[in-house]
Amino acid sequence: MKRASSLAFGLACLASAVHAQDTESKLVINDDIDITTVAEAPAHAENLSEIYSGWAFRSPETMALQMDDFDNPGMIFVDQALDAYNTVEGSAGKSCQSCHGDDAEGLVGARAVYPKWNANAGEVWTMEMAINGCRTERMGAEPWGYTSGNMVNMTALISSVSRGMPVNVSFEGPEHDTWLQGKELYYTRTGQLELSCANCHEDNYDMMIRADHLSQGQINGFPTYRLKNAKLNAVHSRFKGCIRDTRAETYSPGSPEFVALELYVASRGNGLSVEGPSVRN
Amino acid sequence: MRLSTITAVALAFTATVASAQTKYPTDVTFEDGAIAASLSGTPGDPANGQVLMNKGAGNCIACHEVTALAELPFHGGIGPMLDGAADRWTEADLRGIVADAKVMFPESMMPSFYKISGFVRPGDAYTGKAIDPDAITPLLSAQEIEDVVSFLMTLRDE
Ligand code: HEC
Ligand code: HEC
Ligand code: HEC
Repeated sequence: MKRASSLAFGLACLASAVHAQDTESKLVINDDIDITTVAEAPAHAENLSEIYSGWAFRSPETMALQMDDFDNPGMIFVDQALDAYNTVEGSAGKSCQSCHGDDAEGLVGARAVYPKWNANAGEVWTMEMAINGCRTERMGAEPWGYTSGNMVNMTALISSVSRGMPVNVSFEGPEHDTWLQGKELYYTRTGQLELSCANCHEDNYDMMIRADHLSQGQINGFPTYRLKNAKLNAVHSRFKGCIRDTRAETYSPGSPEFVALELYVASRGNGLSVEGPSVRN
Repeated sequence: MRLSTITAVALAFTATVASAQTKYPTDVTFEDGAIAASLSGTPGDPANGQVLMNKGAGNCIACHEVTALAELPFHGGIGPMLDGAADRWTEADLRGIVADAKVMFPESMMPSFYKISGFVRPGDAYTGKAIDPDAITPLLSAQEIEDVVSFLMTLRDE
């Protein structure tokens, strides 16, 4: 415990020395959809005063790619998803379109409130679980793999029709226990490096960790098109990568732990806009 | 960032309790977060220490800026700048900090490079797969820690 005060001073100096996140630029998609990328933190994100979309931490070039759907490589996958959406599959002879209307119009708003308590199942459902629920129960079709191309594309389509709507995930109703489990996971220091989500994304956002500019790890922009792997990435794939990087045993995409973590992390973004498919590095 | 005396005392107490159960590959005695005796018995090699600052399990500059290593790209800003570390700390302090920084700085984000127990869901390196807790090796070996410490001892402003 020596020299805590001089260390504190050193840390404070460094905090102002690194690249600040971009809070000036506004994200407007296609000159039409206003995206809230900075907002007052919701009360339950008690250690944050403001919340930021991951968009604000990327380079100006990467930020620009999200301003026009013709430049956003993620939108190619939305088109592919639309084909799947209109395709009849399974024993019931239906497509998604049969029940949810043209261009997913019946699903507008869904992204903003997911993950969500499903009363029939008596558990919290992610968007992926809702999609597979329709495939198996309502279409008589095979479920898609949790992070398969078809699945992540479909989540991109469903997100795209809610862009600009405020994230507003519930956490005080029957889903509260799951939310608390997610919160516990968020603050648990895992792996041989003993790092929690909070260490990087709450205590040190806007800092550089090696070559990476740390964001708050918000999920309002998912799925994200990453320039690094040139594809759409599902929320749980990102969680898995971040936990793996603490030299820990990860959880599996779709696992109850990741569902809980997703609910908690999503709720920390209440007030930001639905933004997916977004572009990240 | 400033800890009140009460928190500081409470944290220091927790740290003592925790370190009593913590396992290291060899016998290690901490005093005020410092380790007086060499871990390997062989003097450190500052040149290899410099390599470890950048590479492998060390990767110290992921979190720290070091002017002496300015030719290497991408120094992080999470921990304090290490310039002048040898003016601020003794060799024993630095050995303690590198071996297990959480003894000197309770709850620190800095990894415990010589510790081999007490992890939640430890993985097999960066595979994402589980490792048998008995098979965990430290992030840095005894000699590697001596090498890093000998490099840190070259960081003087005065
Ligand atoms: C036979 C009709 C039918 C088909 C076909 C169908 N769904 Fe559904 N879907 C429903 C019904 C009914 C609900 C429940 C709506 C509710 O609870 O408000 C639902 C719910 C959903 C939800 C959750 C929406 C919310 O607001 O909670 C999503 C997402 C969804 N479906 C996606 C799809 C996708 C993608 C497909 C195609 C792969 C599909 N559905 C096929 C009828 C269908
Ligand atoms: C060692 C630091 C570290 C830890 C610990 C960590 N992450 Fe990350 N995470 C990163 C980095 C670096 C990135 C890429 C840059 C950025 O967006 O922060 C990232 C990106 C993300 C993103 C993408 C954000 C976006 O807008 O594209 C999410 C979501 C995320 N992390 C969630 C988590 C969660 C949940 C945990 C805990 C299970 C976690 N992270 C733990 C370092 C970390
Ligand atoms: C994940 C980030 C991280 C990594 C990696 C890391 N450190 Fe640290 N280090 C810190 C933080 C944060 C502190 C500040 C102490 C505290 O937590 O209060 C610190 C403190 C220190 C200090 C004392 C600060 C001073 O006054 O000079 C030294 C020396 C140090 N680290 C050396 C190293 C070395 C050597 C390595 C690589 C073997 C390393 N660190 C790796 C985060 C890190």
